[in-house]
Amino acid sequence: MLDVRSPETEALPGAAEMARWTRKDLLDTDTLSRDEIELILDTAEGMHEVRSRPVAKVATLRGVTVVTLFYEQSTRTRASFEVAAKALGADVVNLTASGSSVEKGESLIDTVRTLEAIGADILVMRHGKSGAPYLAARNTSAGVINGGDGTHAHPTQALLDLFTMHRHAGDLAGKRVVIVGDVLHSRVARSNIWTLLASGADVTLCGPATLLPRTLGSGAEGSRCTVTTNFDEAIRDADIVMALRMQKERQEKGLIPSLREYIAGYQVNARRLAMARPGALVMHPGPMNEGIEIAPDVAHGVTSVIEEQVSNGVSVRMAILYLMATARHA
Amino acid sequence: MTAPYLGPDEIARTVRRLGHEIVENNRGTANLVLIGLLSRGYPLARRLAAAIREFEGVEVPVGSLDIGLYRDDVTRRSAPPPIRPSDIPVSIDGQTVVLVDDVLFTGRSIRAALDALLDFGRPARVRLAVLIDRGHREVPIRPDFVGKNIPTALVQDVRVSLAETDGEDSVHVFGEEAAHA
Repeated sequence: MLDVRSPETEALPGAAEMARWTRKDLLDTDTLSRDEIELILDTAEGMHEVRSRPVAKVATLRGVTVVTLFYEQSTRTRASFEVAAKALGADVVNLTASGSSVEKGESLIDTVRTLEAIGADILVMRHGKSGAPYLAARNTSAGVINGGDGTHAHPTQALLDLFTMHRHAGDLAGKRVVIVGDVLHSRVARSNIWTLLASGADVTLCGPATLLPRTLGSGAEGSRCTVTTNFDEAIRDADIVMALRMQKERQEKGLIPSLREYIAGYQVNARRLAMARPGALVMHPGPMNEGIEIAPDVAHGVTSVIEEQVSNGVSVRMAILYLMATARHA
Repeated sequence: MTAPYLGPDEIARTVRRLGHEIVENNRGTANLVLIGLLSRGYPLARRLAAAIREFEGVEVPVGSLDIGLYRDDVTRRSAPPPIRPSDIPVSIDGQTVVLVDDVLFTGRSIRAALDALLDFGRPARVRLAVLIDRGHREVPIRPDFVGKNIPTALVQDVRVSLAETDGEDSVHVFGEEAAHA
């Protein structure tokens, strides 16, 4: 008898039950389960395919209003959310602190309630004060996405970083990831630690002692990270190297002796990258200070995925907007 | 577990017949593209292509289509559909596209699939092949190629399992006693 069963019997998706998204808000990565993280990454793969089409737009979130509320400057995060929302057919309203009633002294809670009354379904919020999006989320029935709060969290950046790592390095279990720079003040680093640990990666935090968090070494999460001031040691055999932006005001506050010393000790450059695993990925959340935390030839080198991080950010934010807009809250 | 409505051999025979019907209707394999809906339409489309290769000696392109973003009930469902990448490996412009799915029920999935398909190009014609037609259409969609018509009550559930997605080949009808056609 002619056998017309599938020639290859590889497993196809479909049978397995996928995790469900039930959260109203996305405020940080610390409370995300491994299943929820996988749901976001899987959904982002589908969104990535949509973005590769000649007409990269669907109408799924027609009638959904996304408001970006930015109390701090941003280029890529705000633009990325706007592109993501529009690619899904949602309407987007962009608000910045300057030019809005915030300048007249309107409180955060009043602003959020006003936006809800106008019809905002999802608020994407960036704020200079750690925890501000939590306050907003408690005072509105709209979904709140933290687009970066103070030195606390930047969950969508961590998720796009994880998506980018997965696409290049596959399963991260046992992979060595080094995050180098001003870890202490970095919301990107904090949110990345949680997703990386949930993925089973081996995380090393590296920087000058004055820019490393003190509690990480002993806390529950900290005990699973290696913390070191010796970058030449830390980068050895690393699979992924993530440089953080060096803010110039850190020098003014006396946290580093000079930029020159910082560069000497912690710049990601070709000499150090040669000590990492061959083909080790180079990442940076942007915006970069080329020549300070990262050398230009490395930033634009063959294993740099920095531009891809920006592009992947749109796919990941589409996934998050889709999951939040279609969620049934518990 | 009740006895399956169809077993592996019956499914294989049905797929083979559908392959013949598709080629006959198309007067050959020219400009033919098989596109299966995810999850279970895609393995069926690959089996159809394998059958056509056996008796025509021609490799017909096969693609997969995810309709999650095109459903009319995305924000109304208790569980939003999973989103997966579609894979349409060839241009569908001017081609004869045969959409392939496991069960035709309300027709809403096919309505969504037509929307999704047209985002990839403009086929000359679109046909519909399904393994099972269980009736109860809610939109004006009709299949061109049907494996088995199974008259069902609305309370019943038709479950197609395929080796690629579920580990075995079977068609089950759950709920009230199935009217064995």
